[in-house]
This record gives sequence, structure tokens and C-alpha cells, in this order.
Amino acid sequence: MHIWKRERGSAATAALLSLVLVAMVVLTVMYFRDPRYHPPAPITEIGKEVDLQYDLTLYVTATVFILSQLGLALAVFMFRDKGKRAHFTRGNNTMEFLWTSATIILFLGLGILGRKAWADTRFTEPQPDAIQVEVTANQFVFNFRYAGPDGKFGKLDPKLISPSTGNPLGIDPADPAGKDDIVLPTLTVPVDRQIELLIRSQDVIHNFFVRELRLQQDAVPGMMIPIHFTANTIGQYEIVCTQLCGLGHYRMRSFLNVVSAADYEKFLKDQAVAQ
Amino acid sequence: MSSHAHAHPVPHAPTGFVSKYIFSTDHKVIGIQYFLLALTAVTVGIVLSLLMRFHLVWPSAHLPFVSGGIMTPEQYASLVTMHGTIMVFFVLTTAPQGGFGNYFLPIQIGAPDMAFPRLNMLSFWVTFVAFLCAIAAFFVPGGAPLSGWTGYAPLSGLGEVTGPGEGWGQTMWILAIALFCLGALLGALNFIATTIDLRAPGMTLFRMPLTVWGWFVTAILGLLAFGVLLAGGVLLLLDRSAGTSFFAPAGLVINDQLQPHSGGSPLLWQHLFWFFGHPEVYIAILPGMGAASHILSTFCRKPVFGYRAMAMAICAIGFLGFVVWGHHMFVSGMSPYSAFAFSVMTMSIGVPSAIKTFNWLGTLWGGRIQFRSAMLFAIGFVSLFVSGGLSGLFLAQPSVDNLLHATYYVVAHFHLVMGVAAIFGIFAATYFWFPKMFGRMMNDGLGKLHFWITFIGAYCIFMPMHWVGVAGGIRRYADPSGVTYLAGLQPLHEFMTISAFVTGAAQLIFIFNFFYSLKFGPKATKNPWNATTLEWDTDSPPPLDNFNGNYPSVYRGPYEYSVPGMKEDFIPQWLTPELVAREK
Repeated sequence: MHIWKRERGSAATAALLSLVLVAMVVLTVMYFRDPRYHPPAPITEIGKEVDLQYDLTLYVTATVFILSQLGLALAVFMFRDKGKRAHFTRGNNTMEFLWTSATIILFLGLGILGRKAWADTRFTEPQPDAIQVEVTANQFVFNFRYAGPDGKFGKLDPKLISPSTGNPLGIDPADPAGKDDIVLPTLTVPVDRQIELLIRSQDVIHNFFVRELRLQQDAVPGMMIPIHFTANTIGQYEIVCTQLCGLGHYRMRSFLNVVSAADYEKFLKDQAVAQ
Repeated sequence: MSSHAHAHPVPHAPTGFVSKYIFSTDHKVIGIQYFLLALTAVTVGIVLSLLMRFHLVWPSAHLPFVSGGIMTPEQYASLVTMHGTIMVFFVLTTAPQGGFGNYFLPIQIGAPDMAFPRLNMLSFWVTFVAFLCAIAAFFVPGGAPLSGWTGYAPLSGLGEVTGPGEGWGQTMWILAIALFCLGALLGALNFIATTIDLRAPGMTLFRMPLTVWGWFVTAILGLLAFGVLLAGGVLLLLDRSAGTSFFAPAGLVINDQLQPHSGGSPLLWQHLFWFFGHPEVYIAILPGMGAASHILSTFCRKPVFGYRAMAMAICAIGFLGFVVWGHHMFVSGMSPYSAFAFSVMTMSIGVPSAIKTFNWLGTLWGGRIQFRSAMLFAIGFVSLFVSGGLSGLFLAQPSVDNLLHATYYVVAHFHLVMGVAAIFGIFAATYFWFPKMFGRMMNDGLGKLHFWITFIGAYCIFMPMHWVGVAGGIRRYADPSGVTYLAGLQPLHEFMTISAFVTGAAQLIFIFNFFYSLKFGPKATKNPWNATTLEWDTDSPPPLDNFNGNYPSVYRGPYEYSVPGMKEDFIPQWLTPELVAREK
């Protein structure tokens, strides 16, 4: 047995590896800050909360990321084989205690701080005057149903579902509440009014996602899942499906039109006439 | 220099080709069989991923292996499904545990074989048949399934009405998964029994190498997780073929046809799947963590920093891994209250992960780092694990999941942390143990070249993927043209695709090095790395009973490097105190 001779090329390898790590850190930080790859500004107050929590998480993880990657780069460069014996140590309980406590506080603290943004999207009850729209997903379209002038949704019967004859949701013609229901392929809502979506699916699992709302929710067959939001910016936004639902998953999309209160009234009148 | 407490008669090796290399009960042969199965599977998996990456950037180009030449959306979804399935099950579970675990766990604890050698052979052959079933899915009528490696019901539970590949292909997929679970369960039993019962005299739990801790805890996870997926798979098969409705509710209508189901719950499948699926992440990565610790310590000539903390962190990760599955289901329609619990548990799992990272840095600090190929891959493992792990802190929070769920951000996260990091663990282990397994050295220059391209390439593929995800790029889309805002992300996709092809091509260097060294590599000595654990106390490759009848006793912990006052910078576990005293 003999002590290993100093390995040739070790300084070059150490320098290169440190450089690669430093470059990786710099590029990563640069591109995470690049506005080209940020989602567009949120159009709800809750969306802003989600962004705040995202930013907070980004700062915490970026700190840990930069320190540990640069620490690794430094260790690799400083402690390359220089022909001297390694410094013998089995560990250090104080250090273990310190970094364990620090990560518990940092990570759990982050999780606890993030609770409010989630509670606000899922736990608050909708306002009594929220406009209800039923969202029905199926392979590979969304249908949006408004209750019409009577404010009531008509009964549905899966046996009556027939997109080819103009009844994609299976509204029961015998139920008077369903006579004035409005069914559309896009979602139009007034600005600054609370909207409650009742999300369902006819076949497999789909998802309703609008990145500007910072909101996604699966549409699960057999379940009716309510979520609500208040959009504060007029405009058109894309609704996409994020749950693999079959061969047409990639083209399953629709639009969310946020319009002024006056335009919304006009939209409802036009639709009532059209039905 | 070795000293052996007890001698045993040497068993006769089987002489026939079939009993020696095919239906062998020798854990070393079985380990190599698992390794070669994973090598075959990873080749298929990489080809599938390259086809996908190519299609995402040049959707109308003609492609090899694609029937019809131009890839259809359903073919793309099949590739997504089969790439995930093959990589998770037949590579990330098979190579680190079935391959290296099988080969080295018995040797590292000083045992002649696994506790149940025949069961070991059975688990490999069941896994092999499972792999054939998975591959057969491509060739049955309708082709491979398109419901993703997660096989969410009811898409996966209703038969071919939900899409091509959902008939025969999905059935083959379920058979493959169920058989794989069976093989993995048998293997897990064997690993646990072996670790508990067959340790050499003196090999206490806290003298076990961290690799053994990794394999042991992984086996416990496997025993508890694969049984649940097996049950889920059987129920799904019954829904499809026997008319039951475990996962299908009433009122499903597809193509105007009311489906004959009622009373089932699609969320039940997700709970069963992720109860397995999340521990599976740790099944893939814990052996890599063990190997990284082992190799870092060897090549920086220092004991593992905080050995006990490292062993306890493996156990903590294993335990917490079972109570976080709901973080895959924040937007699934599951009770939003349970999201809090799952979120806090998930954030907690960052704590033992951080402990491991800091201890790896502590191990390197003050060391005498020798940049062998194995060491470079182990250092790469640490870097990738940090990068991939930290993005998990975003996805662990349900509020942030409102933005990032099912985007490429998720794909980037799990590929870095359980895909690339685990593969780096496998590469590190291969370069490290190849001399012991095959009696020859691999070429270190080629190994380093392989490392540089793969390390830089992996970051070039998966770091930009985060930015695609944050901007709202949705995963599993066959074609970005369906959504207007995705067009702006195409330049990033092009960069990732080119990086993927370069990185993929670099794997040929590894394949060449592997097979060339097998035949022409310089002969390996017993202990080429001057390492301390028991596998280096025996011939390269080891004899049938691992120690030629002279089973070692263990006198100390596994990482006694650079102990002050010693002439040499390592004290093997098997060296008697008298011999150590003479070495001073």
C-alpha cells in the first residue's frame, strides 16, 4: 500500500469544474430574471398574492442555490489534490444542529407564509351576488353554461348528451329552468365582478387553466368543483387544458373574455335572442 | 494484510452456460442482468425522448421509427407515456437497486449471497417479462397507451373509446406495471432479509456503508409502495375487463355513448398511484445518494462528514416520503384543507435533503480531491440534486402550484432531481465499481469527456425548461400551435432539443468505453481506489461466494480515510486492530 501520487491535470480539472458551476449559476440567475420568460401580469388580486409567494420562494431558493453551488465550486477548486494529506474530521454536531435548524425555519416558514394565498383561492366563500357559470369539459372542448334570465340552471341528463344535435351538455328539455340556459364555447365575464365557476367533466379528467388568473383546477368526471375569481383587467386570455386527456389534449383551449359591465349586459341580451 | 475470522468450504460454481449466466442464482450475475436490462431500457427511453424533442421543434419533419413518417398527436402522447414508464420503472428503479444493490449489498456486508438466491432470480425474470410486456405495447393493435406514465383513470380505465392505444396498449401497460411491482416486491423482501440477517461479525448498523443504508431503506420503501400500486393496477384491469367501476363514476359520455359504469372515483386512482409514486422518487434517488456519499469520501480521502446524520437523513427521507403524495394532487379536486398538511410535510422533506447536501459539502471541504470519472459524476450528482431539489420548494406550495402545476417547470424539476441526478449516481457507480465487477479498468479520459458533455448538456436541456414552465408552457402537448402564447417559447425549445441531441450522442462515448474496457481495459487489482469497504477485500471480479470461503470480520466504520498517525491514508473495515497498530 502506498499513498497516491498527486494526480496530473487536477488543477485544470478543478478550475474547469468550478468555472462551469459559476457560469451555470450566473446564467440561471440571469434567465430567471429575464422578463421574456415571466408570465404576463396577473389580472386578479389573488393572482398578485400568488406572485408574491412565488417571488418570496424564488429569493429563498436562489439564496440557497447560489450559496451551495458556489460553495461546491469553491470546495472543488480549493481542495483539489495538492499532494498533502486530507484534513481529518468525522463531522461537527454544532454545524449539523445549525443547518438543520436553519432549514427547518426557512422551509417550514416559507410553507406557512404561503398558506394565505392558497386559502384565498380555495377557502373563502363566493359572494352571494357572484355570477355562476358552469364549465363542462370533454374531449377536447370546453362548454360554458349561463343560467339565463331566470337565474337557474336546467337539469342535465347524460343520456341526452348529443353534440351533433346541438345539446352537448344533455340539458333536459322537460325542465323549464333549462329553456333559457345559454351554452357557449368561450367564457365571457364582466370586469370587477366575482365569477363562480362550477367545473365538471363529461368523460376523462381535464383542467381549466388561465395563466393570467394564476388559477388552475382539474375538471373531474363525477364531481362539480367550484372556484371563484374577480378579474380586474379587460381583455382576452387563453384558457388551456393542462391534464393529459387524450390525443387532442394539445388543442383543447378556449378564451376568457373580460369585458366592461355594459358590454356584458349587451352580450347577455344578444345571447338570449340567439337562443 | 487481510485477516479473516472464519473459513468456510468454497461452493462449486455452476458450469453450464445457462445455469451460470441465464438462470443464475448468483447475486452478482443477477445484478449484471438487471444492469444490462436497464442499459437496454435507457437506450429505448432516450430514443423516445429524442423523437419527442425533435417533434416539438420540427413537427412536420419525417422521423425514423414512426409509422407514417410524420408523428401524429396520439403517437406523441404514446411516446410521452412510454418514455416515462420505461425510464421510471426499468431504468431508475432497476439499475441503482436491482443492479448495483444486488451486486454490492451482499459483498459490502460480507455475505456470500442474498438471503434467498432463488427468489432473487425469480424477481429478475419477472422484471424481464414485465419489460417485454411494456415493449409489446408498441406492437399491439392501436399501439402504445397515451394516458401518461401516471395512467390517470378514467382515461386509462374505459378501453379504446378514449383514444388509440387505450385498448390493447393500455392493457399491456397495466400488465407490465403489475409484473414489475411483483418483481420489485420479491426483491425488496430479499434486500431487507439480507441486510438484517447476513451482516458479517462486527458489521453493526452504524458501520454499514451509506450505500447499504440507501439500498436498505429503498427496499423498505419498495415493500410498502409497490404493493399499493399492484393493487391499484389489478383494480384498473378489472375496470377495463370485468365491468367493475372502481375508478369510473356514473354518467360518463364519450362519442355520444353513455359508458356502463357507476359509483367509482377517479381520485381513488390518483391516491393509490401517488401513494406509490412519491416514494418511487426516493426509490430512484436514495441509492444514488448512498453511492455519491461513498464515492465522494473515497476520492477526497476523508470520512463522510456527519455519517450518522447522513444515515438518519436517509431514514427521515424514507419516512417523510410516504406522507407527501398529496402534493401531486393540489388542483385535483382533493379537499383543499388536506393540501396544507401535504404542503407542510413536503416542505419538511427539504430538511433532511438539505442536511445531506451540507454534509456532502462538508465531506469535500478540507479533502484531497482526486478527479476520477466516478468522482466527477458524484460531484455532478450533488450539483444536480441541489438544482433539482430546490425547485421542489415551489411545487410543494399549493398557492404557487396554481401557476406551475402541469407546466414544463414540473418536468424540469423531476428530470433534474430524480432523472439526471439519479442517472449521475448510476454513472458514478459504474465508473467506480466497473473494475470490481468485470476485473478491468474503464478508460478515465473517455469517462471525463463523457462527464463534461453530459454535465453541461444536462443543464442546457433542463435549466431552460424551468423558464418555459414559468411562462405557462404546458407539458405533454404534442404541438405548441394549439395555444397562441406558446409560440414565444419556441426558441428555448429549439435550444433544449439541440442540447438533447448533443448530450444523447455523448452517451455513445460511455457505451463504447463500457464495452471496449470489458474486453481491452487494463486488468484491475483487488483495490484500485485504495478504498475501505468489504468489496475491495476480494478478487476483481469476486468468486462465486464472494470471499473464497474466508468471510471477513469488521472492526470499524466504513470511511476511515486520512486517520492521523497512520502511514497509509485509509484503514479498511476488515483490517484487525493488531495489523492497524503495526501500520502506525
